Amino acid sequence: MLAFTLRRAVQAIGVMFAVGIIAFSMFRFAGDPVNQIVSIDTSAAEREAVRKSLGLDDPVPVQFVRYFADAAQFKFGVSYQFRQPVSTLLMERMPATLELAICATVFAMVLGILMGVYSALKRDTVLAKLFQAVSLIGISLPTFLIGILLIYLFAVTLGWLPSFGRGEVVKLGWWTTGLLTLSGLKALIMPAITLGLFQMTLIMRLVRAEMLEVLRTDYIRFARARGLTTRAIHFGHALKNTLIPVITVAGLQFGSVIAFSIITETVFQWPGMGLLFVQAVQNVDIPIMAAYLLMVSLIFVTINLVVDILYTVVDPRLRATVGRAT
Amino acid sequence: MTVPVLSVRNLHVEFASRRGTLRAIDGISFDIAKGEVLGVVGESGAGKSVTGLSVIGLIDPPGRIAGGEIHLAGLRIDNLPPEEMRRIRGKRIGMIFQDPLTSLNPLYRVGDQIVETIRTHLNLSEQAARRRAVELLAEVGIPAPEKRIDGYPHEFSGGMRQRVVIALAICAEPELIIADEPTTALDVSVQAQIISLIKRLGRDHGTAVMLVTHDMGVIAETSDRVAVMYAGRIAEIGPVQDVVKNPLHPYAKGLMGAIPTLAGDDKRLVQIPGSMPRLSAIPPGCSFNPRCAFAFDRCRVERPEPLPRGAQSVACHLYDNVPAESAV
Repeated sequence: MLAFTLRRAVQAIGVMFAVGIIAFSMFRFAGDPVNQIVSIDTSAAEREAVRKSLGLDDPVPVQFVRYFADAAQFKFGVSYQFRQPVSTLLMERMPATLELAICATVFAMVLGILMGVYSALKRDTVLAKLFQAVSLIGISLPTFLIGILLIYLFAVTLGWLPSFGRGEVVKLGWWTTGLLTLSGLKALIMPAITLGLFQMTLIMRLVRAEMLEVLRTDYIRFARARGLTTRAIHFGHALKNTLIPVITVAGLQFGSVIAFSIITETVFQWPGMGLLFVQAVQNVDIPIMAAYLLMVSLIFVTINLVVDILYTVVDPRLRATVGRAT
Repeated sequence: MTVPVLSVRNLHVEFASRRGTLRAIDGISFDIAKGEVLGVVGESGAGKSVTGLSVIGLIDPPGRIAGGEIHLAGLRIDNLPPEEMRRIRGKRIGMIFQDPLTSLNPLYRVGDQIVETIRTHLNLSEQAARRRAVELLAEVGIPAPEKRIDGYPHEFSGGMRQRVVIALAICAEPELIIADEPTTALDVSVQAQIISLIKRLGRDHGTAVMLVTHDMGVIAETSDRVAVMYAGRIAEIGPVQDVVKNPLHPYAKGLMGAIPTLAGDDKRLVQIPGSMPRLSAIPPGCSFNPRCAFAFDRCRVERPEPLPRGAQSVACHLYDNVPAESAV
C-alpha cells in the first residue's frame, strides 16, 4: 500500500516536471521578457542590466533548473502588470476559487447522486424523465450562457441575488472566506450552480447508468433471493458498487472545475485565480500564466493521486491486487 | 397425507416481448415433500430456472405468473403482496444460484453479508448473529470459519464461495431450498463436494430441495424424484430410479440414452435429432412431436396431459388407453 502510494507519487512528480518544461518554455517563446518589463525608451545598456539581474543571460538549462527549483518552493517570479510576487497574487485569490470549486462540486455530487439514484430506481416516473431532460440541457448548454441566464433571471429581473463579486469576506489567517457572511453566501449561489451544473448532470447520468447496470447483477438478484429489504439492497448493496466510477469522475472533474472556473469567474467577476489568469492573458503576464499552469496541473495530479488511493478504500479487491503488485 | 412443502398447480409464466407473449411455463404441476429432493432436468430454455424463480417470487417484468397456484406448506404464495413475499424469501425459501463468483457482493465481507441476512429474518443481536454465521460457515465446511468470516468474497475459491452462498441460503433454516444449477460453474471434483453438502443439509434439517440442473449424473446421485422438462412443460416426473432405468416419455428415453456409461462399451450415444423449439415457435399438439420417432397424427394436434403410470407420470399419447405391458 505504501509502496503503491510512493510509486504513484513518483509518477506524479514526473508529470509535474513535464509541465514545468512547458511552463518554462512559455517564457522563451512568448517574446522577450525584458521587453515586457522595461519601457520603450530604455537604453540597450539598461536592458542588458535588467537581463543580467533576472539571470536571463545564463544558459537555458541553468535558467530552467533555477526556474524549477524556485517553482518547487512556490516562487514564480514577479508579475509584469502588478509588480508583485506571483505567489502572493495567487495565494490571495486561491481561497475564492477553492471555495467556489468545492461548493460547486458538493452541489454537483449531492444533487447528482440523489437524482441519479432516483431516476434509476423510478425509471418510469415523470420526475425521472424530467431529470433526464434537464440533464440534457445541463450537459449541452455552455457555462457562460447558463451564467448569463441566471444573472438575467435572479439578479436583473428578480433582484434576489448579486450579479457579480464575492460579497463580504471574513479573514481567517491568510484565508479569506465568504461562507460566513450572508452577502458572501448569496454571492456564491449562482456561480456555484453555474460551475457545478455540468458536473451535476454528468454525475447524475453516470450514477443512473451504473445503478441500472448494478441492479442487473447476480449479487443483487441473490440479495433479493435472501429477502433483504429493498432499501438495504438499493442503498447498501447497489449504491456502494456504483461509487467507484463516480469517485473517478467526480475527482477528475474537481480538477476541471478549478481549471474551467475561468469562465464562471469571468462571467460573475469572481475574484479568483481564473479571473487573474484571464487578466494575465490579456496583458501577456507570462509569470502568472506559467504559475497558473503549474498550479492547475499540481491540483490535477494531486487529485488523481487521491482518487487512486480512494479506490482502494472502497474496493477490497484493489487492496489485494495492489498488495500483490508491490 | 401430510401437506407437501411445495405444491405447484398448473403454473403458467409468460414474458411479454415485442413479438407477442412468450409462454415460458405452460401449465406445470408438481409437489415436493418435506426432506425430499426433486431434480428438475431439461435443455437450456426448457423453463427450469423460470420455475425456480417463480416459486421464490423473483420473476421480473416483462415476465409474470399468468396462471396457476403455488403453495408453500399450505400457504398460497404466488399472489402475496411484495413485502410479505420478501419476508418469505431467505427465511422460508432459500435460493442458490449458478455462479458463486458473481452471487456475492464483492465490496462486503462474507460475514457481514451473512449477518445482514440473519438479522433481516431472525431477531438476533449483532453478536449472536455473528456466532451463528461462524457456525453456518463451519457447517457448510469452510475451514477456520472464525477467521474466514472477515474475508472478502474475492479471497475465496469458487467452491468455497458456493459454500458461502449455501450458508447464506440456509441461514434462516428455510423449509425449501431452490438450487439453480449450483454446480455448473464449478469444476468436477468440487461439484461432488457441493452436491453431497446440499444432500447432507437437506437430510439433517429435513429441508425440501428443488435441484435445477441439466446434469443427469447430479440428479441420479442426489434426487429422490426427478421432473423432466421440455419447452415449458413437464414431460415426465417420477422416482429417480424409475425414470433413469425405465424412462417412459420418448424425450426422457432420449436423454437417458445420451448418458455415457462407465462400462465403456463403444456404442455410439443416442442423439435426439433436432433441437428444442424456440418459445415463439412451439408446435401445436405435443411440443416434442417434430423430434419424436414415435409421433403419430394425434401428437400433432392434441396436447398430451400427464398420465399416471405406476409411480411415474408421463405426458405422452403413447400411453393413453394402452395397458402398461404393451407400451413401447
